Amino acid sequence: MTRSIRTTRALALSSGALVALLALSACGSRTDDEASSTSGASCVKTDGDSIKIGFLNSLSGTMAISEQTVRDALDLAAEEINAAGGVLDKKLEIVAEDGASEPTVFAEKAEKLIKSDCVAAVFGGWTSSSRKAMLPVFESNKSLLFYPVQYEGLEASPNIFYTGATTNQQIIPAMDYLKEQGVKKVFLVGSDYVFPRTANKEIIAYSEANGIEIVGEEYAPLGHTDFSTIVTKLKGSGAEAVFNTLNGDSNVAFFKEYKNVGLKAETTPVVSVSIAEEEVGGIGVDNIVGQLTAWNYYQTVDSPENATFVKAFKAKYGDDRVTSDPMEAAYTSLYLWKGMVEKAKSFDVADVQAAADGVSFDAPEGTVTVNGENHHIAKTALIGKIDADGLIYPVWESDGAIEPDPFLEGYDWAEGLS
Amino acid sequence: MEALVSQLFAGLSLGSVLLLAALGLALTFGQMGVINMAHGEFMMAGAYTAFVVQKSIADAGVSLLVSLVIGFLVGGLLGLVLEVTLISRMYHRPLDTLLVTFGVALVLQQLARDVFGAPNVDVRAPTWLSGAVEILGVGVPKTRLFILGLATLAVVALGLALKLTPLGRRIRATVANRDLAETAGISTRATDRLTFFLGSGVAGVAGVALTLLGSIGPTLGTNYIVDAFLVVVVGGIGQLKGAVIAALGLGLLQAGIEYSTTASLAKVLVFVIIVAFLQVRPQGLVAVRTRSLA
Repeated sequence: MTRSIRTTRALALSSGALVALLALSACGSRTDDEASSTSGASCVKTDGDSIKIGFLNSLSGTMAISEQTVRDALDLAAEEINAAGGVLDKKLEIVAEDGASEPTVFAEKAEKLIKSDCVAAVFGGWTSSSRKAMLPVFESNKSLLFYPVQYEGLEASPNIFYTGATTNQQIIPAMDYLKEQGVKKVFLVGSDYVFPRTANKEIIAYSEANGIEIVGEEYAPLGHTDFSTIVTKLKGSGAEAVFNTLNGDSNVAFFKEYKNVGLKAETTPVVSVSIAEEEVGGIGVDNIVGQLTAWNYYQTVDSPENATFVKAFKAKYGDDRVTSDPMEAAYTSLYLWKGMVEKAKSFDVADVQAAADGVSFDAPEGTVTVNGENHHIAKTALIGKIDADGLIYPVWESDGAIEPDPFLEGYDWAEGLS
Repeated sequence: MEALVSQLFAGLSLGSVLLLAALGLALTFGQMGVINMAHGEFMMAGAYTAFVVQKSIADAGVSLLVSLVIGFLVGGLLGLVLEVTLISRMYHRPLDTLLVTFGVALVLQQLARDVFGAPNVDVRAPTWLSGAVEILGVGVPKTRLFILGLATLAVVALGLALKLTPLGRRIRATVANRDLAETAGISTRATDRLTFFLGSGVAGVAGVALTLLGSIGPTLGTNYIVDAFLVVVVGGIGQLKGAVIAALGLGLLQAGIEYSTTASLAKVLVFVIIVAFLQVRPQGLVAVRTRSLA
């Protein structure tokens, strides 16, 4: 046979291997925890001058874009806490790990942090798949994870504190806002994985109960960058608004295409739940100006705590950096843990869990309080509009802080969702 | 009818993006048998070039055109360095080139992250490319038309260069039979280097074009590299014609299936179709006829 055919075979083989690798990494989640489930004793050392905590964020791979910013906020909080004397008179000693945007790596590194570094708590995670992969590790090792990102709800673990929004603090308020604006036809576009799929189930149930018609539901694979077909379907659907749960790079391609086909924020607004200040610059302000986002914090929030936070952040990382909701939630999570430990007067996980209820912190977003039952925190919902200066300004806010309701028990229409 | 036209166009435009991404590979993999996993990172370098150029030239229209030229040089030079330092040591070992260039790709990604930061950056599109034009009653984004034009131009230019220029003749001679070409006085080493420069340069141009469509970040290349290899494999090794047909065919197939199903399903189905196709025709659409006995 000729050389060319042999090389084709070689390539077919290697590209096959590559695809297999990709597929493996996409659905990775570990279940081999039988060894650890028997021993619950923690190895956390509390007799020295310092206490170890773990930071676990993706500093490489596709999620590094977002998670690096969370790490920066965590570093700032640790620095501040240490400068103010530490926690229970112990300085924080950070053990930092890279989750590498892979759920399996998150699970492995979490196990390493708990078992060989003996950290008192771990802060980090971003994608729901990384959290789902870490959850059994934290439960079986009886350790604590502080997770800083809004997510799809329908989860509550005694070993995880969720300091980002759950559904009824972000997605439902966003739908409430659209309903108030008189929107009757909504188009759903999201990345094809757990968060958008679950969020959209909830949105559909909400819409059925509130007389809103869902005129389309499209999912793009993570990392998808060609949105011509989806935007074509969107344009022909008669949608009055779009609910966007795309993640990462896909947003850029989506909004560029959206603008290119002549759709406008004024006539067909897009409400996004994964685009914060950091992402606006990368998407290009021109492409996204006037569009809406739903979060609990913006850099423009007017509070003395936020002014201090933004000033400290810019002093540490540079004036051109912006703060965002997940960063603020991560920053807040470290202070909440500090509050729980000080209330419990102990680093022991069981004591911290028992002390958690009612611990509150004057966070940049406003005062937040931990719900001891479901380990989420009460937050105020803000709908913001992206301005030409790249910042997001609130245009609507909920009446005070909304109690977390991850399983949507307080909503009749949500019955049967899981 | 309108839907058909608009999907036809979506397919063509997707195909033209695939073609731009795959064109350089068709040259370096197709003609030289080198599996260059860093090809996507050369595209990323092109995209960042557009970003840097736009910082110094504010006029988006001018900066785009300048970027196309500089992007070609940046991609080409990166390719040249890679060829001279690493690839030249492992010709005829395609699987080794895969591993080595994959490592290089990871290094380049991290380098980009260190230099430009982890968050994506944005390149503004020129005003003459904003909005859409009406074609057969369908609004077609101008950026897509521009990329279609650019892909056509690149194919024609490469095709002519291979056919008419002395370098092109040397490349074709080297591909057909390296030893005989050497005997005939052609420096195959120099030819390899120039081929790599050319192929990588086209990747740089593709990167610049992609700034009109999507994100500019360290992982830009990984979004396209698998698709680009698919185009080259389906097209058949060693011929531009094959790459053109494969790219447009796959673009149309993807857009067509996606319209009636979903984006995820379309990706899977296209993949299944490709695998089935390669079972029937492992040499791809167009096979090169070579005098080489190897």
